[in-house]
Amino acid sequence: MSAVVFFLAAIVALGGAVAVVVLRNPFYAVLALVCHLVALAALFLLLRAEFVAAAQVVVYAGAVMVLYVFVVAYVGGAPGTEELRAGPAMRIFGPLMAVALAVELSIALLGSALSGITSKGAHYILGFGTPRQIGKLFLTDYLFVFETASLLLLVAAIGAVVLARRRRGLDEPGQGMSVDDLRRLVAEPRPKDTGTMAEGAGTPS
Amino acid sequence: MAIGWYLTVSVLIFCIGLTGVLVRRNPLVILLCLELMLNAANLALVAFARMHGGEAGQIFALIVMVVAACEVTVGLGLIVAISRRGLAVDVDELRELGG
Repeated sequence: MSAVVFFLAAIVALGGAVAVVVLRNPFYAVLALVCHLVALAALFLLLRAEFVAAAQVVVYAGAVMVLYVFVVAYVGGAPGTEELRAGPAMRIFGPLMAVALAVELSIALLGSALSGITSKGAHYILGFGTPRQIGKLFLTDYLFVFETASLLLLVAAIGAVVLARRRRGLDEPGQGMSVDDLRRLVAEPRPKDTGTMAEGAGTPS
Repeated sequence: MAIGWYLTVSVLIFCIGLTGVLVRRNPLVILLCLELMLNAANLALVAFARMHGGEAGQIFALIVMVVAACEVTVGLGLIVAISRRGLAVDVDELRELGG
């Protein structure tokens, strides 16, 4: 049973990966990557990594891919705008190098003396890979890593906002509102029932 | 299934991702192929965690996911900034830094 699930998930994962590389339209490439990620989550489940699988589906296939779809829609990934027109040298040597690397890694894998590779894995305690276990490890043994990851996420979020913000803001004349306009707008008495939630709900004031 | 099969799948996905990074020219697709390579590494880490019987590999995989999310955020921010300036979204056009 697990062999059937493994081969199904592996075939979908590999097919999704090939589709990401081959498809011309970036939008379809993103969708292929979503298929690939879900199949990979199935493989994680087979390896008893429940929490990693859940994080894969929720964070990757959910949040990160939505970001991708938005950016593809914004940039305009129209089909045909990008051809595989990398220089002839790269077009030949790129896949050649990948094949060479695959052969090399396969030799390393098959020739390794790791006895565990041909087994089905070590014995594990009950609750291996559950959120409870992972959370406990994150808050005890790997606390520093955890905190560093949160700091890294904060830096990346700030960096993305700085990179993608509008360059021309309010201060440029002839573009948008001037400061005087803004001041007038703020000073204007606002219409009734548009302010607080209490006003909108019509409570007597 | 023996752990070796998972590692084989991981090797294949990594090499497919490498091909994409080398051959494609749209930075969006290059980022997608980088994701493929990171995911292949994740699969290998989780497989080794299973082989070893400890969770350290899974923790490592989760941290790799965090780093990948950061990389995507900054990369997509760069792509949006590039397209805002009206430049072509193509890695071979953007070579003012030389190389």
